[in-house]
Amino acid sequence: MAKTQKSNSSGIENLVRVGFFLAVRQVKRSNIWTNVLIVSIMTLTFLNLVIVSGILVGLIEGAVTAVKSHYLGDIFISNLKNKSYIEQSSQIIKAAQNLPSVEAVAARYIETGKVESDYKENKKRVTDLDESVGTSIVGIDPKAEDIVTGLSGLVIEGDYLEENDYDRVLVGAMLLKKYLDFDSPTFPVLQKVEIGDKIQVTIGENVREVIVKGITRSKVDEIDRRIFFVDKQLRGLIGRNDYNVDEIVLRLAPKTDPISVKNALIGNGFDQFARIQTQEDAEPKFIKDMKQTFALLGNIISSIGLVVAAITIFIVIFVNAITRRKFIGILKGIGIHPKAIEMAYVFQSVFYALMGTAIGTFLVFGVIKPYLDKNPINFPFSDGILVATASGTAIRIAVLLIATFIAGLIPARMVVKQNTLDSILGR
Amino acid sequence: MIKVKGLVKKYKSGTLELAVLKGLDLEVKKGEFLSITGRSGSGKSTLLYQLGLLDEPNAGEIIINDQDISKLDSTERSRFRLNELGYIFQDYALVPELTAFENVFVPLLMQGLEKKDAENQAVNAMQKVGLSEKLKNLPSQLSGGEQQRVSIARAIGHNPKILFADEPTANLDSETAETVLKTFLDLHREGQTIVMVTHEPEYAALTDRIVLLLDGTIGSDKRNH
Ligand SMILES: Nc1ncnc2c1ncn2[C@@H]1O[C@H](COP(=O)(O)OP(=O)(O)OP(=O)(O)O)[C@@H](O)[C@H]1O
Ligand SMILES: [Mg+2]
Repeated sequence: MAKTQKSNSSGIENLVRVGFFLAVRQVKRSNIWTNVLIVSIMTLTFLNLVIVSGILVGLIEGAVTAVKSHYLGDIFISNLKNKSYIEQSSQIIKAAQNLPSVEAVAARYIETGKVESDYKENKKRVTDLDESVGTSIVGIDPKAEDIVTGLSGLVIEGDYLEENDYDRVLVGAMLLKKYLDFDSPTFPVLQKVEIGDKIQVTIGENVREVIVKGITRSKVDEIDRRIFFVDKQLRGLIGRNDYNVDEIVLRLAPKTDPISVKNALIGNGFDQFARIQTQEDAEPKFIKDMKQTFALLGNIISSIGLVVAAITIFIVIFVNAITRRKFIGILKGIGIHPKAIEMAYVFQSVFYALMGTAIGTFLVFGVIKPYLDKNPINFPFSDGILVATASGTAIRIAVLLIATFIAGLIPARMVVKQNTLDSILGR
Repeated sequence: MIKVKGLVKKYKSGTLELAVLKGLDLEVKKGEFLSITGRSGSGKSTLLYQLGLLDEPNAGEIIINDQDISKLDSTERSRFRLNELGYIFQDYALVPELTAFENVFVPLLMQGLEKKDAENQAVNAMQKVGLSEKLKNLPSQLSGGEQQRVSIARAIGHNPKILFADEPTANLDSETAETVLKTFLDLHREGQTIVMVTHEPEYAALTDRIVLLLDGTIGSDKRNH
C-alpha cells in the first residue's frame, strides 16, 4: 500500500476539527431568520431562568431591605420580655457610640395609644362608638433617626420633624384611609386627614391635640402604623424622666460583621437589660419563611424553564437533523465519522445557547437590573428589585449549557445512528 | 483488486423475500475501467452498494485489496470508505451547506491531513474536473453537470484505490455527459480503477470491459479491446 495510513483520523482532536468545520458552515449558511429565531428562543429561555426567580427573590429581598433600612437597622436593641423599656439605656447608647464600627445610633420611645381625627364633628351622641384607631406612638430624635433609618426620606406629604417641634407629629400612611386602599377590620384607619389637620392622641390618661406635620410611608407595616413625636415632648407626655428608651437601633459601618458588634455589647453585660439582636435575628419569621418559599418557587419555575429550554433545543436540533437526514447519510457514506457529525450538531446547539446566554446576560446586567435598581417594581409590601448574582447566573449558564449539550446530542445521535444507505436513499 | 464470490443480497418486504443478487462472482483487476449494465431493476445499484461498503450482503465474500471486507466492523468499514474508496452517487449527493470546494475538502480533513495539504489536494481534484473557477459556489449555484463533476472531485480527492460511479451521466445532457465521461477516461489513463454503472451502450463501449447483470448473476462479461 502506497498510501500513508492516517492513524489519528478518528482521534478526538480530528473529530472536533471536522465537527466544528461542519457546524460553522451549517450555522453560517442557514437562513438568517432561522438563526435569529433560535437565538431569540435561547435568550428568552435564559431570561426566564434568571429573571423569574430573580424577581421572586428580589421581591422578598426588597422587603428585607426595607425592614432593615427603615426599621431594624443593623443591630436592633429592644426591651426584655418582662420589662416595659430598656434599662440602662444611656449606658448602652454610650457604649454603642464608642464602638468604632457603629456609625450611628437612634433611640426610640414607644407607647401604645390611640388616635382620633373626627372627634369634634362626629360624636353626636354619647352612645356613639369611639372612632379612635389604636397605634404605636413613637418619640424620636429627628436627626439621629434620620441618619439611622432615613425617616425624612419616607415623608411623602408635608415635612419632616425638627428638634423643636412641639405638638406636631408624623403619621404613618397605613393609619390613613387615603393610603390604605383596602378595608380591613385589622387595619382601622382615620377617615379624612390632611397636612395641617388636628388629630387627638391619647396615651393612657394623657390626651393631646396635635397637628399633622407630615405623612410617612415605607412599605414596612410596623412603621407605617406609627405616629412620631419629637422625643422631648413624648418623654414629658409619658412622664419618663430616666431617659430609658424602648428601641435602640444601630447603623454599622459597611462590611462590619453585625454579630461581632452584638457580641461586644453582650460582652459588656447589656443583655441583662435588653434584647440585643442582629437584623437577621430580629427579622420577622414570616419573612424568613417567605424567603425560603420564594427561593424554592423560583427554583421550581427555573427548572420548568430549563426543561422547556431543553425540549426546545431538542426539537430545533431534531428538525434540523431530520431534514438533513440525507446529507448526514452522504457524509457518513463518504467516510465522515458519525461522532464528528454528532459533534457538528452539539456545537451548533451550544453555539446557539452561548449566543442566547451572552445576549441574555447583557440584557440582565446591562439593561434590566440597572433599570429595576433605579425603578423598583412597586409591590404593596416591597420595592421589588432583581436579584441576579454573578455566581447564580454562572450556575444557570452552566446548567443551560449542559442541558443544551444533551438536548443537542440526543436528536443528532438518533438521526446519525440511522442506516447510512437508507438515509441517503430516503427510505 | 476486487474479488467477489457467491454474493447474495435479498430484500425483505413484508413476508415476501426478493433475491436481487443470487450468488454473483466477479473479479476486477487493478487499473481496469469496468462498466456494469443491465435493465432497470436488475440489481446494478445493489451490487455497487455492496462493493462500495455502503450495504452488507446476506452471503458471499468481498475481498478488496486482499482485505476481507465482511470481517470489518462498521467503524472500520467507514474508515475504509474514507481512505480507500471513492463513490459517485447517481444524484450527485453534495452537501448543500458546503461550497463545491468544501464538499471535496471535508473527507480530506476527516482523514487527518494538515489543513494546507487538504486544501491543496481539494484544489487539485477540482482542477482535474475542470472546476477550479467555481470553488466558492454552493451546490445550488452550480449546474447539474458541474455538481456531478464536484461529486467526482470529492470521490477522487484522496486518490482512492477504486472509484465507484452509479450512472454518473443519467441526469445530464449528452454534451455534459461526454465531459464527465472524458474525465473518467482521463483518470483511467492515469491508472485509476473504475467501476461504473451505466445504461448507455455508447458509454459502456468506451470502457475496458462490460458486465451485464441478468437475473441476479453475471449474464455476460465482454472485453472491449
Ligand atoms: N430496500 C429495498 N426493499 C425491497 N426491494 C428493493 C429495495 N431496494 C431495491 N429493491 C429491489 O431490488 C431490485 C434491484 O434494485 P436496484 O436499485 O439495484 O436496480 P438497478 O439495477 O440499479 O435499477 P435502475 O437501473 O433502475 O437504477 C429492484 O427490483 C428493486 O425493486
Ligand atoms: Mg440503480
